[in-house]
Amino acid sequence: MDKISQSVVKKDHATKISGRSVYVADYPSEGVLCGKLLHAKVARARVVRVEVPELPEGYFYVDAKDVPGDNNVNIVLDDTPVYCRDTVEYIGEPIAMLCGPDEAEVERLRDACRVVYEELEPVLDLRAATETFFDYHYGHGDVDGAFAEADAIYDEEFETGYQEQAYLETQGMMAEPEESGRMFVHGSSQCAYYIHGAVARALGCGPSGVHILQDVTGGGFGGKEAFPSILGCQVAVAARKCGRPVRCVFDRREDMEYTSKRHPSLCRYKVAVKDGRVTAMDIDVVFNAGAYSTLSAVVLQRGIIAAPGVYDVPNLRVHGCARKTNTSPCGAYRGFGAPQTFFAVEMMMDHIARDLGVDSLAFKQAHLVKQGDSTSTCGRYHFPVPLPAMIEEVETACSYREKRAAYAKPQTGRYRRGIGMSLYFHGAGFTGSGERDLIKAVAKLRKYRDGTVEVLASNGDIGQGVRTTFPKIVAHELNLPLDKVFYDHPDTARVPDSGPTVASRSLMIVGELLRRAAIHLREVWVDGEEQEVEERYKEPDFMIPFDITKFDGDAYPTYAWAVNAIELEIDTLTGTSKVLGAYGSFDVGTPVDYNIVLGQMEGGFLQGIGYASIEKMDCDDKGRIRNNSFSDYLIPTTKDVPNLRCMLHVEKYPDGPYGAKGAGELPLVGAPAAYLEAVEQALGGSSLHHAPFTAEDTLAVIAKEGV
Amino acid sequence: MADIRFTLNGRAVAYAGSAGDRLLDVLRRDYRCTSVKCGCKEGECGACSVLIDGVLMNSCCVAMGAVEGSSVVTMEGFRETERFAALSKAFGDLSAVQCGFCIPGMVLAAEALLSKNAHPTEDEIREGLSGNLCRCTGYNAIVNAVNNAAKEGNGLW
Repeated sequence: MDKISQSVVKKDHATKISGRSVYVADYPSEGVLCGKLLHAKVARARVVRVEVPELPEGYFYVDAKDVPGDNNVNIVLDDTPVYCRDTVEYIGEPIAMLCGPDEAEVERLRDACRVVYEELEPVLDLRAATETFFDYHYGHGDVDGAFAEADAIYDEEFETGYQEQAYLETQGMMAEPEESGRMFVHGSSQCAYYIHGAVARALGCGPSGVHILQDVTGGGFGGKEAFPSILGCQVAVAARKCGRPVRCVFDRREDMEYTSKRHPSLCRYKVAVKDGRVTAMDIDVVFNAGAYSTLSAVVLQRGIIAAPGVYDVPNLRVHGCARKTNTSPCGAYRGFGAPQTFFAVEMMMDHIARDLGVDSLAFKQAHLVKQGDSTSTCGRYHFPVPLPAMIEEVETACSYREKRAAYAKPQTGRYRRGIGMSLYFHGAGFTGSGERDLIKAVAKLRKYRDGTVEVLASNGDIGQGVRTTFPKIVAHELNLPLDKVFYDHPDTARVPDSGPTVASRSLMIVGELLRRAAIHLREVWVDGEEQEVEERYKEPDFMIPFDITKFDGDAYPTYAWAVNAIELEIDTLTGTSKVLGAYGSFDVGTPVDYNIVLGQMEGGFLQGIGYASIEKMDCDDKGRIRNNSFSDYLIPTTKDVPNLRCMLHVEKYPDGPYGAKGAGELPLVGAPAAYLEAVEQALGGSSLHHAPFTAEDTLAVIAKEGV
Repeated sequence: MADIRFTLNGRAVAYAGSAGDRLLDVLRRDYRCTSVKCGCKEGECGACSVLIDGVLMNSCCVAMGAVEGSSVVTMEGFRETERFAALSKAFGDLSAVQCGFCIPGMVLAAEALLSKNAHPTEDEIREGLSGNLCRCTGYNAIVNAVNNAAKEGNGLW
């Protein structure tokens, strides 16, 4: 193991485990007003008026009329209002915020507000939705020719549902007007500079009129990428009006119902096969964006780029669209569009193999991409594709092939077993030219006279460990003890914009900037002086420039790879399934701390198994999400997957620090396909097309097809 | 109405508010025990776990009247103990703390388990922690850390 990979005790371990860490809800309440949002109760309506009860002194009602700047939150497009315009577009849309010193009184006043609606017909069904936010096409080769010459054509549709991030700390933001007139906004978040831009715009002030601090954050998983920009604007506007600090912390039901989650999807795959090989794919991807566009453009881009999976498809046509429905806007969630398409393509390949009477894994392996091949967007896999070796690592861990063959034979009795395998990647960093053209990351190191070094960057520790791994890189290059290098939660008043904490980019992109900055500092180091060095992102020379209008070029500089196998046992009487083992080999390059990376892999893999199996969330016929608590939306506990085994395979990436690649998102992406393939086997060869696949779904198959 | 008297982290206290107030709110607001986290307020996530007379309880589901005469321990008290030091070391060695929000409750769940069963099997550890949700870790590191603490802290429990 490389020295840099050796685990250390995390920098924030002692404060977190002892309960001393201050999350946004933990700041004292003295002098702070409690803010509670008045949410729309209907999915689509014109808001005729709001009848606000008489407010006691010190209590405030804040709505769109109080927004001093632009009532649009800057995300990708700017269609999300800070507070609703003259219509509401989904159940939960914020109409106003009630603020005051006493939480119970604020809630009473909020609940006493009477909103008069003129109801409009909402669009709730993705299949019936017609308004398209984003619509993309790309492809290569002669798809129609390949279909005309095919021996067989397969045409199937796959569906996935919502997934809720279910971070243990709900959304919460706080705004404090400073004496200088500047607005200080802080809270649970991933992207301080996103919030900075959004709040400056909503307040109508320049960038120096606000600063944003990331507080200790109780999990994000993408859910705190864009949403805190919205809530940050709302509390900032409220604090401006009230002239006092305002804090709004969501309760769990509010969070589960009204904040962004993973896009539900419909993926239709038409595949041409000739002489036992896939010759073409014609893929149609539809994502349910919800009521506003938020991050759907970029989620969809990543989803459709991954649509043909890890396979060499000579003729490809991909169409993707994100449609508006009158439901909670969907957003970022670990994997960012790719879990949906990887689920579809892996199931599709499995189904084709079964129909051809060949082994699913052998069929997939025969189509694997390798180094030097073209990517789906005519970029290149510049580096080795280690999937064949990783398949054998998983094989060694769980005797996959032997079990797969054994469980394929007719089973009898109450309990039936199956095993499935998925092969996948995750493109490391921002899609396309985002790093080069949009983010333009800057990172700094400041050395103090006493020889300690501070990392200045904007990436927030949300549990993934950057408060430890960033200093590890710097200490390594400077040959300093780790306790001489520190990294605090970013405050935009003090740190440069090294980009958001998203896209598995922090360690690979910003970590590399810090490594280079540390080398620079080492060269100019003078004892006893305060010194500062800076590094700026530069796109690696090898990259084929990406054109987003054509989806052409290198969408990612490199890829993290994974192989998952899931073995399970179904109880045919109750429909419940027990995961007997979940095995994953993950290549995220060099781990810059073995334990931290292993923890990311284990945590992400378990979230993926939840997504595949028990995490079901849906809207009712009014557009309301009913699965709004941990009893109606189940996430895995200690007991669900006791045998969860993750292995690291290291294929070093030369442009990442010490060979590190993007890590955080990868482990979630492939679990649904491995799980569903196992369920199909246990059910005697059913063809399944949706995730999550719950006990109820299993019973429905048994009722229809028998066992 | 008389004050509600109980012991908080070894110190005798008297709460003058309503017997119907929520222990979670009172601990956070009146006693500034902010290690006690609110994850759901419905007794489902375990982030607000405290020990009441040594028994693990979700403080969001406990009314103040119910703690009269009891001993309540939160992380603010437990972190002063040798047992905490053993658990903290074990968690730290495996990087078992990610976002940290579930962790004070999780550690108290481990304490409740080890107090009753100083040498639990892995299954018993998983059972003992099953009321505490963690979304970050996949639980392996936490379970292994509790196992290591039980071994290395031999005699403490």
